Amino acid sequence: MMRRRVPLLTGSVLLPLALAATACGGGDVSAGGGDKPLDGQTVTVAGVWSGSELKNFQKVLDAFTEKTGASTRFVSTGDNVSTVVGSKIEGGDAPDVVMVPQVGVLQQFARKGWLQPLSKSVQGTVSSDYASVWKNYGSVDDTLYGLYFKAAHKSTVWYSPSALEQAGVKPPTSFDAMLKAGHAVSDSGLAAFAVAGQDGWTLTDWFENVYLSQAGPEKYDALAAHRLKWTDESVVKALTTLGTLFKDKQLLAGGQKGALNTDFPGSVEKVFGPQPEAGMVYEGDFVAGVAKDQFGKKIGEDADFFPFPGVDGNTAPVVSGGDAAVVLKDGKHRAAGMKLLEYLASPEAAALWAGQGGFLSPNKKLDLGEYGDDVTRATAKSLIEAGDTVRFDMSDQAPAAFGGTKGVGEWKLLQDFLRDPSDPKATAAALETAAAKAYQD
Amino acid sequence: MTVTLTDDTSRPAPPPASKPRRRGGPRGRAVAVLFALPALLLLGALVVYPVLFSIGRSLFDASGTRFVGADNYTEMFHDPATLKAVRNTVLWVVIAPALLTGLGLILAVLVEKVRWATAFKLLMFMPMAVSFLAAGIIFRLAYDEDPDRGVLNAAVVSVHDAFAGTSPYPTARAREGQGLTQQKDGSYRTGANLSPGDTATLPLVGVLPADLPSGAKPATARPAAPGELRGVAYLDFVPGGGGTQGAIDRGESGLPGMKVEAVRDGRAVASATTAPDGSFALTGLAPGSYALKLPAANFAQPYDGISWLGPTLVTPAIIGAYLWIWTGFAMVLIGAGLSTLPRDALEAARMDGADEWQIFRRITVPLLAPVLTVVFVTLVINVMKVFDLVYIIAPGPVQEDATVLATQMWLVSFGGGNDQGLGSALGVLLLLLVVPAMVFNVRRFRRSQR
Repeated sequence: MMRRRVPLLTGSVLLPLALAATACGGGDVSAGGGDKPLDGQTVTVAGVWSGSELKNFQKVLDAFTEKTGASTRFVSTGDNVSTVVGSKIEGGDAPDVVMVPQVGVLQQFARKGWLQPLSKSVQGTVSSDYASVWKNYGSVDDTLYGLYFKAAHKSTVWYSPSALEQAGVKPPTSFDAMLKAGHAVSDSGLAAFAVAGQDGWTLTDWFENVYLSQAGPEKYDALAAHRLKWTDESVVKALTTLGTLFKDKQLLAGGQKGALNTDFPGSVEKVFGPQPEAGMVYEGDFVAGVAKDQFGKKIGEDADFFPFPGVDGNTAPVVSGGDAAVVLKDGKHRAAGMKLLEYLASPEAAALWAGQGGFLSPNKKLDLGEYGDDVTRATAKSLIEAGDTVRFDMSDQAPAAFGGTKGVGEWKLLQDFLRDPSDPKATAAALETAAAKAYQD
Repeated sequence: MTVTLTDDTSRPAPPPASKPRRRGGPRGRAVAVLFALPALLLLGALVVYPVLFSIGRSLFDASGTRFVGADNYTEMFHDPATLKAVRNTVLWVVIAPALLTGLGLILAVLVEKVRWATAFKLLMFMPMAVSFLAAGIIFRLAYDEDPDRGVLNAAVVSVHDAFAGTSPYPTARAREGQGLTQQKDGSYRTGANLSPGDTATLPLVGVLPADLPSGAKPATARPAAPGELRGVAYLDFVPGGGGTQGAIDRGESGLPGMKVEAVRDGRAVASATTAPDGSFALTGLAPGSYALKLPAANFAQPYDGISWLGPTLVTPAIIGAYLWIWTGFAMVLIGAGLSTLPRDALEAARMDGADEWQIFRRITVPLLAPVLTVVFVTLVINVMKVFDLVYIIAPGPVQEDATVLATQMWLVSFGGGNDQGLGSALGVLLLLLVVPAMVFNVRRFRRSQR
């Protein structure tokens, strides 16, 4: 699931290679001398980051070292955080701080009793500087365990400004207007949307945005916790809405068959690649990274976004995700680890990474001016302004068997729905069957 | 494995008296046990214990704390995914080993007769050196549906296009609500209210400016001369939007090379091809009313090849990849058996006037039967545990259509399901299916060693 924030840029065929992804450790950073409060301590941080994300996070860690004297060590866990951390705890080599990429994993850790509740000072910062939704997603049974340091914005529709200009349309502000704009783009000869149907998670994200806007946050929460059945009228309605898009051959690049044969990097390529086939692609803020790094597009000029529009006149959805920092009870330097969290909660730490790009902070205190470019600033602004209406990616909250596994559960059923969107009721029923099995209730 | 290749059919069975030959006293037995102990321990720890553990685990639920009896087994056969896995495994076992043995036999016999036999054998054997993961990735690419990426579809499409040709405007469609309606066969028609002397405009959309033929000129509608039906097929879209739908605006291009037919009473009576500015003239028409038709051939979708990795073809496609890897193995083993065949039998048959086909059927195959059986049974066992190819080649949307017992077992226990109870039950099922083949192989092995 981490793939969606660190997309493999090598195309679908290499995705299975992700299997071979192994954990590798980061380097030691030795502390400078002097009489700082945490001299001689080493905070071990585990997380899924690698590549440029790790490089940028290392800058934050270095600043922490500079400030407190504690040296830091980053351990990359690969995709499967819970397995790696679990085995490290059992082996007596628990990291002090873990950057947890999913709500479900945070809850799992908390229920197993691995986590240390956040200190009073961090709690205070979270209460005052963060929207309460971030506090809720970091809490289990009313105890705050996780500090959301890095957030993702998954309600952004990316478009090629030249394609929209060619078609003579402006970024739409409602779902219906978006379909209408799509038809205009299609008249101009380009398909409207590139949909990455081969990667089931992009379809769950489509559904979540439509559902959050159409059914509202309360039902969204209920469905995410499976307090509401998938056979509910609201789910059928959202699927029907999504179906109007999926079944329209003019709107999907390559039709349904083409969409099912397109993976996420492929869908970005269809809009921002050398031979554009579509005008728009929906996915999170990380689309910008692919468009920029892989296709050399200038973000803000050759690639821009508009917020996922509201459905049926409702407010626009903001679906999000994020990495929460937690402190493990078994860590040897957990006190220093908590100090690191205090530092991460500060706008100062967030500003360090914000300037590098590829980062959004849920911290209200962070000056938007710290972001490196206008588009990132706009996504950050939208995330902060959404405040408590932000909702976490539903499939990330679900058990992996339902919301996070290739070829089964929600991924597979929405792919089937994309192949044949004629019967939303049947799809809803199939989703409920799979959910009931995975949630085991 | 080569041990089994020695030809034992001609030798008489050893006398039963030699059987208890080595049984020494109790001391000898103790020594034997002592020597066998390390192997027994290893086998016990690595094979017997896991098997027993899996059987035990399969009787518990996902968390491993609640005893559920045979529930996992009943659930297994109610789950459509598992049923599909069983069906696919059966398909694999029925098709792959038989095909491989047959192919190996044919190639081995043929290779004996060519001069560069060793080089050829080497070439055929080479895929065995490629790891399944790499082979899977290669075939995932080769089977890709996009002709620009998948080599197989690239071949299929270029052969198809060489015969069938391509249409000029695959993406074009009529502007809705402007007189043209789509017919069932994909063509477009106007109402039957045009008569000679009229001029018709046929607005179409959905063509990128870059995709227009190079000679295309701005659309112009010229008035019709008496006795002819004139018109213009044009791209009803002004770059940047604007313009009036259904009217020829400035900057709108004609669509050259489009076929237009005049239809009367359901029959095409005249046809024309549009000029660079999109105009056309249908002449020689008798007075009366006509409809204009843009035949479907103008808009035919480009042929995009065969969907190798679609739900129906995915299992045969993966079996194809498997054949590529294992044919060399079957060929080399059978070839080795072939070289130990008694030449005199073949010579005698030739002397007696048997032709090559008769020799192959009546002498080579029967004499090779033990080798063929070994190859076949080994492959059956091998095919049952096929995992990597299926896991890598099948794309997400069709993974369930391609799944076999081994992938299903992994998916259920570790790949998201995290139900190791059900996974163990699947493992036990797989074991039960493999056991007969194992027993058969061991029996053969023993018989040939005597």
